[in-house]
Amino acid sequence: MGENARRVISVIVVNEASVLSRVTDLFSGRGYNITSLTVAPIPDSKYSRLTIVTSGSVRIMEQITKQLHKLIPVLRVYEHEDIVEKEVAMVKFPITENLSDINAISEAYNGKIVNVAENVIISMVADEPKRVDNYLKAIKRYNPKEIVRSGAVALER
Amino acid sequence: MQMSGAQMVIEALIAEGVDTVFGYPGGAIMNVYDEIYKQNTFQHILNRHEQASVHAAEGYAKATGKVGVAMITSGPGFTNAVTGLADAYMDSVPLVVISGQVPMSLIGTDAFQEIDAVGISRSCTKHNYLVTDAADLPRILKEAFYIAASGRPGPVHVDIPKDVTAQIAEFRYDMDVHLETYKPHTKGNPRQIKKVMEAIAKAKRPLFYLGGGIINANAAYEVRELVHKTGIPAVETFMARGTLSYDDPLLVGMLGMHGSYAANMAMSETDLVIALGARFDDRVTGKLSEFAKNAGVIHVDIDPASISKLVNADYPIVGDVKNVVRDMLEHIDTIESDAYESWRETIVNFNELHPLTFHEDSERLKPQWVIRRVGELLGEDANISTDVGQHQMWTAQFYPFSRPRQFISSGGLGTMGFGFPAALGVKAGTPEKVSINFTGDGSILMNVQELMTAVEKKIPVVNIILNNNFLGMVRQWQTLFYDKRYAETDLSVQPDFVKLAEAFGGVGYRVHTKEEFDAALKDAIEKNVVAFIEVIVERFENVLPMVPAGGSLFNMMLLEKKEND
Repeated sequence: MGENARRVISVIVVNEASVLSRVTDLFSGRGYNITSLTVAPIPDSKYSRLTIVTSGSVRIMEQITKQLHKLIPVLRVYEHEDIVEKEVAMVKFPITENLSDINAISEAYNGKIVNVAENVIISMVADEPKRVDNYLKAIKRYNPKEIVRSGAVALER
Repeated sequence: MQMSGAQMVIEALIAEGVDTVFGYPGGAIMNVYDEIYKQNTFQHILNRHEQASVHAAEGYAKATGKVGVAMITSGPGFTNAVTGLADAYMDSVPLVVISGQVPMSLIGTDAFQEIDAVGISRSCTKHNYLVTDAADLPRILKEAFYIAASGRPGPVHVDIPKDVTAQIAEFRYDMDVHLETYKPHTKGNPRQIKKVMEAIAKAKRPLFYLGGGIINANAAYEVRELVHKTGIPAVETFMARGTLSYDDPLLVGMLGMHGSYAANMAMSETDLVIALGARFDDRVTGKLSEFAKNAGVIHVDIDPASISKLVNADYPIVGDVKNVVRDMLEHIDTIESDAYESWRETIVNFNELHPLTFHEDSERLKPQWVIRRVGELLGEDANISTDVGQHQMWTAQFYPFSRPRQFISSGGLGTMGFGFPAALGVKAGTPEKVSINFTGDGSILMNVQELMTAVEKKIPVVNIILNNNFLGMVRQWQTLFYDKRYAETDLSVQPDFVKLAEAFGGVGYRVHTKEEFDAALKDAIEKNVVAFIEVIVERFENVLPMVPAGGSLFNMMLLEKKEND
């Protein structure tokens, strides 16, 4: 992998107050990047799972992993190699845009129109982050008013 | 048993065997101080500034190996203590620092003396807690002591809102600490240890690189045995001073920016670095790409994150250095000490070529003479603290340290103002030893209020102020790298240090000559009260050798040779 390759890590942490700040402070304090970060409790456990998309050399990744491990409430850190990775994006369009075009494109990216209101429609797709990039390029000509991305979640194969 | 949160703090401290607490009261911590008032099990030392309380706790911890405890109030009390926390974090000092916080109902309202204390301490502690329920307090305090002292030690901060200290809950302290997410690795991998011993046996010019982790792990005597049985020379970091005795023939010296010529050359010429509890700090390695360039690296450390952080380790071993060294000793027969004879001779030659020394060529006393002289007079009977600057480096270079925990200094953070309060903690923890603090005319003023603490509690620390009327280390850099533009480093305007000490009820001496110095030191120790011995020293003396920041270890500025050398 290259010097600044994109990498995905998962961190299993005790679900307690300020644990997220411990993780993000570590990144900012040591000058590491966070491209995206998602966090949610793991069902039926006292732990939460963070999925962090970051970038850096092999040595930096090794440091990030070790430094995360040093935090007291961190149970496990996975630096992923072979993963299934998905991200959700939602886009708001004016109702005047071509509904069937937007729906067709959304379907190609694992999604559809999920809400139609008086003045706007909202589409949602769930796909690999790279493909979400492509989707957002493809719908540009339909004048999207607002775009939101969830950040990636990942599972090792 | 049911009791208040404040009582729980006291009971927990007693259960942990704490005999000394350093601190300063204030509004948010008053409930706890009320309970301190009512007990007689441990002593409380009132410093005159919260930063000093934490440094004193550090000095106590460094000298005794026990967990140091400091207690402070919220807001400014806490922020004053942050420098101490950061200092302890950098030097891996086990501390539990307990701060008061505004009541839970006021948190987040910008209340009087409110600050987000755990938010601030997060990046300069090993771990921290905001206690929101007195029922959690026993567990949290027990975890705090355990986390502070285990693994790679460090400061743990416990922030307790005032209403939690008043809240009544059940107190039990007989539980085991069970942290599923924190299990320090203390035993080295046996197969890796065997491989390491084979690598050492094959090396021609191996070198022990001893770090402060050895002191923390109480492993100095095991390391001495390993060094002696292998016959392999050793260099020490600043933090490791005292691991080997100063007169050990296998001790090459201290390495790094102000390391000896021989130590830095040995590190540059070795073919196998055996790093024990050292972390390849930039002040030690100089230019990384040139550091021990042709050597393999064995790295033993309790902290996995220290291994291969800066220098790639060919043989990483995660574990407590004491355990690992003991395991290494099991395989000692694979090593043939005679094989390193010519390497040892090479190092002897380095030392003869440029020994660590100084010239006594000035009217004024040389600071190095003073340090060496205290070593001659007190030797191992004194514990030596320092502040930060030139005097600190000279102390590391010239004091004859003969045992671990004899040298107490601020290494990683380099905190001016550390020395005096730390020396108070050292004396409180090891009253049988003379407590000396080498300091400078810059550093001493950064916690000079501790004269009052020392007088009140009758803690007879002897402060030796090496006065060159300069912020000496910065002045040295200005001389060498800033074309002698002495920006804000001339400290010619000074207090009368003798009167200053006397004003607080201590004793003061101003000395110009060797005879005066000997007499003052003798008198100060006999008087057994806190003392300032101001020594007027040569103004423009430089700390040498010196590796300029970012330069290669083997490119040192050296002491110029005199004809009669």
